[in-house]
Amino acid sequence: MIRTPLRPLARILRARDMGENPDKIERENIRARHAEMRDKTRKRAEGRLVVLGLFFVFAFATIGARMGTLANSEPVEPRAGVAGVQILAQRADIVDRRGRLLATNFQTHSLYAQPQQIIEPEATADALVKIFPDLDRSRLLKDFTGKRKFLWVKKKISPEQKQAVHDIGEPGLLFGPRDMRLYPNGAIAAHILGGASFGEEGVNSAEIIGVAGVEKEFDARLRDPARGHEPLMLSIDLSVQAAVERVLHGGMTVMNARGAAAVLMDVETGELIAMASLPDFDPNDRPLPPARGLPSDSPIFNRAVQGLYELGSTFKIFTVAQAMDLGLINPSTIIDTKGPLRWGKFRIRDFRNYGPELSVSEVIVKSSNIGTARIAQMIGVRRQQEFLGKLGFLKPTTLEVIEAPNAVPLQPKKWSELSLMTISYGHGLSSSPLHLAAGYATLANGGYKVTPTVLRQPRNQRGEQVMSQEAAARSLRMLREVVTEGTASLAEVPGYAVGGKTGTADKPKTRGGGYYEDKVIATFASVFPAHDPKYVLVVTLDEPSENSGEEPRRTAGWTAVPVAAEIIRRVAPLMGLRPEIEPVVPTGITTVSQRAE
Amino acid sequence: MRSFFYALTVAVVIAMAFWAYNENYKTQEAQARAEALQQEISDARERLRMLRAEWAYLNRPDRLRDLAEINFDTLGLLELRPHQFGRVREVAMPVEDILIIEDPIDVIEYLSEGGHFP
Repeated sequence: MIRTPLRPLARILRARDMGENPDKIERENIRARHAEMRDKTRKRAEGRLVVLGLFFVFAFATIGARMGTLANSEPVEPRAGVAGVQILAQRADIVDRRGRLLATNFQTHSLYAQPQQIIEPEATADALVKIFPDLDRSRLLKDFTGKRKFLWVKKKISPEQKQAVHDIGEPGLLFGPRDMRLYPNGAIAAHILGGASFGEEGVNSAEIIGVAGVEKEFDARLRDPARGHEPLMLSIDLSVQAAVERVLHGGMTVMNARGAAAVLMDVETGELIAMASLPDFDPNDRPLPPARGLPSDSPIFNRAVQGLYELGSTFKIFTVAQAMDLGLINPSTIIDTKGPLRWGKFRIRDFRNYGPELSVSEVIVKSSNIGTARIAQMIGVRRQQEFLGKLGFLKPTTLEVIEAPNAVPLQPKKWSELSLMTISYGHGLSSSPLHLAAGYATLANGGYKVTPTVLRQPRNQRGEQVMSQEAAARSLRMLREVVTEGTASLAEVPGYAVGGKTGTADKPKTRGGGYYEDKVIATFASVFPAHDPKYVLVVTLDEPSENSGEEPRRTAGWTAVPVAAEIIRRVAPLMGLRPEIEPVVPTGITTVSQRAE
Repeated sequence: MRSFFYALTVAVVIAMAFWAYNENYKTQEAQARAEALQQEISDARERLRMLRAEWAYLNRPDRLRDLAEINFDTLGLLELRPHQFGRVREVAMPVEDILIIEDPIDVIEYLSEGGHFP
């Protein structure tokens, strides 16, 4: 910057010539320079003020935000108890939809030994074996006399056992407080709850961690000390669950099945009221995963969620519902069912010959594979794939148990024309009974997608509209006809107007290469009451065979259907459903909406 | 005068110190009491948990079903069935005593004899 001189010679000389005071010029210049300096300083000061102001704004904003979070967070200090006192039960309880306990914590004691303090190792080992018959005497003796400084004798003991051990009077045997997860209802809802075990273990306490099911899915939430007093409420109804398991167990025994699964779902909220898988286990003593054999034969396998089966003819209704939604057919459209339907080397047959043509309703009622395949051909590969995807059949369910995300439905790698036809009647696409229940719930609630959940929902969910209300209502009417005059006649429960579809699928061989001749998966997917749907029930029996007749009957109509009917008879009153007389469909009257097609 | 002020100041300091110590001890006592109460609460909670667990265990559906079966002779409990639902209007009204007719009038005869209703 060039500094202007205070006394520029040229001006001074001129001023002198003019007889003016040259100091005036100097003063003026000084003034100008000061003004300039002042402006500069002011600018800098202003800048500093802005910086300072911003700093304060940020500081106060930070403090304010912190105060806000403090004010909104849990006001009580989560106290874990005073030092030295036994730790408090911290893992939150799990309760059913009416607040009944499903899982809680329980104070017990653990028993450990400090061998160097044991005075009479032999007598102690004898006495311990007398109290705990499962302990090995020679092993104990070896541990007590060896070099070990510490050993766990028992992780959990009851108060009686504690007193008995106390009475031995051995100073080397010590007790530690221990929290224990208790499932008071035993095996009921075992697969949903999962189970818990100990994580980090110390003498004074042990951490409880969930190992499966809801316990593992919500492990962080259940362990959060601030929410320890707030139970996790599931959508399961304990009494309904118990009844479902009881009836299903009876049905599985009568039908000589290897396993069974049942899913009972609210069609509006997607809440699971009950979900059972048999054989089951006691979560208080959860068995280990099997080292050999199929994982699906183990009792810890949740057939309703993890079991992926070809669900057979229960799928047909989706094909028909989609075709009706697209306006390709209506219930009275006549479909060609001349068989067998050939496609390349492949032939599609019906269970028996149903004649050359059937109406769409009859295709469902009689469960014609050929008819359904013909309808699927009208729909086409892309649209079918899209529709099943929207219903959730191509992705694992988002149920809040840890096993759900791993149950990825098995679908053909290449969705060919043949896949299109076989999938239309439920072969070539494997999904879980839970998927099926969600799909049927969509039919039952007027075509809205349903996301299954095990948590109590405060309000109804309205998912994406997958099909028109009209198509859903017509499908429901067909499902009702299947029960009144079709393959599921044994499902008629007076007062509850059950509608549903049977499905009998041959079991694929485990080593690949075709299907077993005499092993089936029998499924019955039902909706009740059909005129005002509230619940969906899916019952699946693994390898059932009903042997009361001359030859074993394996079709779902003879196996899964009676079991489902008994479940509905038992469970519907428990859920407060009053038996109703079904409204009669007026005959001979054409409604305007029907005319419109 | 000055010595009086000194004395007063010393007295005030002593009084303040006394008060402060007093408050301190009171606070500590209150804290201890709060701790004890807290402990009592947590013990009570623990007991409550235990009782709730026991209640749930005693009321587990399997046990109730077995008990209902064992005591069927005295209780006669069966599973809830659809036909057990009733409606209020299906309950019969209490039968009232029929009014005794003391002085009957034969209307038909009255009309056939050419009588008229008033």
